[in-house]
Amino acid sequence: MSSHYEAPIRKPLVIGEKSYHDITVDVARPVEGRANKLWWTVFTIALVAFLWGVASMAYTIGTGIGTWGLNKTIGWAWDITNFVWWVGIGHAGTLISAVLLLFRQKWRMAINRSAEAMTIFSVVQAGLFPIIHMGRPWLAYWVLPIPNQFGSLWVNFNSPLLWDVFAISTYLSVSLVFWWTGLLPDFAMLRDRAITPFTKRVYSILSFGWSGRVKDWQRFEEVSLVLAGLATPLVLSVHTIVSFDFATSVIPGWHTTIFPPYFVAGAVFSGFAMVNTLLIIMRKVSNLEDYITIQHIELMNMICMITGSIVGVAYITELWVAWYSGVEYEQYAFLNRASGPYWWSYWLMMTCNVISPQVMWIKKIRTNIMASFIISLVINVGMWFERFVIIVTSLHRDYLPSSWTMFQPTFVDAGIYVGTIGFFFVLFLLYSRSFPVIAQAEVKTILKSSGEFYKKARDNKENHQSLNH
Amino acid sequence: MSTKVIHAIYNDDDILMDAVKETRSAHHHIEEIYTPFPVHGLDKAMGLKPTRLAICAFLYGLVGLAFGTAMMYYIMIVDWPQDIGGKPSFSFIQNMPSFVPIMFEMTVLFSAHLMVITFYMRSRLWPFKKAENPDIRTTDDHFLMEVALHGEEEEAVEFFKKTGAVEVKVIDKE
Repeated sequence: MSSHYEAPIRKPLVIGEKSYHDITVDVARPVEGRANKLWWTVFTIALVAFLWGVASMAYTIGTGIGTWGLNKTIGWAWDITNFVWWVGIGHAGTLISAVLLLFRQKWRMAINRSAEAMTIFSVVQAGLFPIIHMGRPWLAYWVLPIPNQFGSLWVNFNSPLLWDVFAISTYLSVSLVFWWTGLLPDFAMLRDRAITPFTKRVYSILSFGWSGRVKDWQRFEEVSLVLAGLATPLVLSVHTIVSFDFATSVIPGWHTTIFPPYFVAGAVFSGFAMVNTLLIIMRKVSNLEDYITIQHIELMNMICMITGSIVGVAYITELWVAWYSGVEYEQYAFLNRASGPYWWSYWLMMTCNVISPQVMWIKKIRTNIMASFIISLVINVGMWFERFVIIVTSLHRDYLPSSWTMFQPTFVDAGIYVGTIGFFFVLFLLYSRSFPVIAQAEVKTILKSSGEFYKKARDNKENHQSLNH
Repeated sequence: MSTKVIHAIYNDDDILMDAVKETRSAHHHIEEIYTPFPVHGLDKAMGLKPTRLAICAFLYGLVGLAFGTAMMYYIMIVDWPQDIGGKPSFSFIQNMPSFVPIMFEMTVLFSAHLMVITFYMRSRLWPFKKAENPDIRTTDDHFLMEVALHGEEEEAVEFFKKTGAVEVKVIDKE
């Protein structure tokens, strides 16, 4: 028992009187059971949204980018806003599984699987936008440095847009193997519980024949640690490079050195909000309240509050630097953001991202599930508007006043955006019914140290001993 | 010739740890242990050497860095030097800062993927590979220790029962 000691002041991470077998049963239940009506309803809505998105994409590709609301002044709008928004959301998954692993945060174990799934699914959505925006997506392979018949004219490696290609594809593929490696023991658990030959076969293939030898576990833990060490600088580099897409340009409002840390903090902020949105629903629907506890939600809220504050400081620093720089174009860009025709989107962003997470200082609010859910949605909206503000308000009034204009999205812009949300939920809903949504093997390792039942038993024993002496 | 092994099954990781120590001090040879989750310290208790996968990852990272550097040097400097934005690319060292993102991504890409591939090869994990855990409960809540049987069968079974095993089986292994 002594090797499982944990300070009594730490709150339990697994509630109730659970054995190892109970964890297995609880994690396998959503996979082995049948989907209820609510799942089918939400799935149908998501599927319809996805199909609407597919139709909008087909229309765009068939007719051209002119179907979007873009014009000669505003060449980037919803598409890149959505791209950055989805990439940003993806970051929390890696943060949870990699950074929290390096910091030995045990509470990550209940949420890392779903957060990583969210990462992969949202990076898939993000990747769609630059590809559709190419106009001729069948030539997307031109971004790769492949020897070609143009006298081997290479891609431009000085361009941040190309760095993005490398960063995002590395990020997606490394996140995928990180996720899959962690899944092997849990797929093996489902395989060994499977009753029908079909499910047994499927999970047998997915689990890669995982047998759980001691040497395998030793390697598994080493690989997880090293992948976490690699994924941490990787995730920081990805959003840094996304911010370079703007920061290396000469557009006032984009050309700022604060962008990399500001974008990374914003990404973590929006990603944790999305994890909260998804898990607050999932813990209820899949009966996982004993594993994803109020304590987990509170900790995620705290991270939202901290990163939200960092983002707030970045917004204010930007304004200050614009004034202090003495560059009138820069000054106008920021004045126009806050008081120009797009003032409402700027103040919506400020309210959602800077003010709303500050209520988390109050313990009653950050431990309240409904409040956490609403704030997480507000943050998601706010972070979308942050990217919209950065992109559209910087572009719509450029150096040449005769070209000043406004952006008006079309139904195709909206259709593609809604379509990616639908696609994301289609993937996540399918995942929640076929994958082990909690890293059950890892949760079993902390059951004796952080389980409520074991903690109580240990505390009682200690109190008893001290009374006797 | 078939050899006999003992499968001692435990249902608690702490009892298993003590049993491993007892088994080793009684000079039984532990062939393998199958566990549902990583039991910390079990590899040391069994006398397994630490894994060298992290060293592999480091070396693969160096390969990735070298590959990224060489690729940038060849594509941007040697094969088709261009004057992009008034910054002609005739010198690697002067143009290197804008190649850092690619060199970094290549380092991570090679290191992560080759390490995971090495892990899968060494632990013999791939799609369509058949699982080799002898008892399906070892992915749920049971721990199975496989020990080579030498000498008296009854005596050995008795020994493992005493170490806290909930089940002891003698298996003919091909």
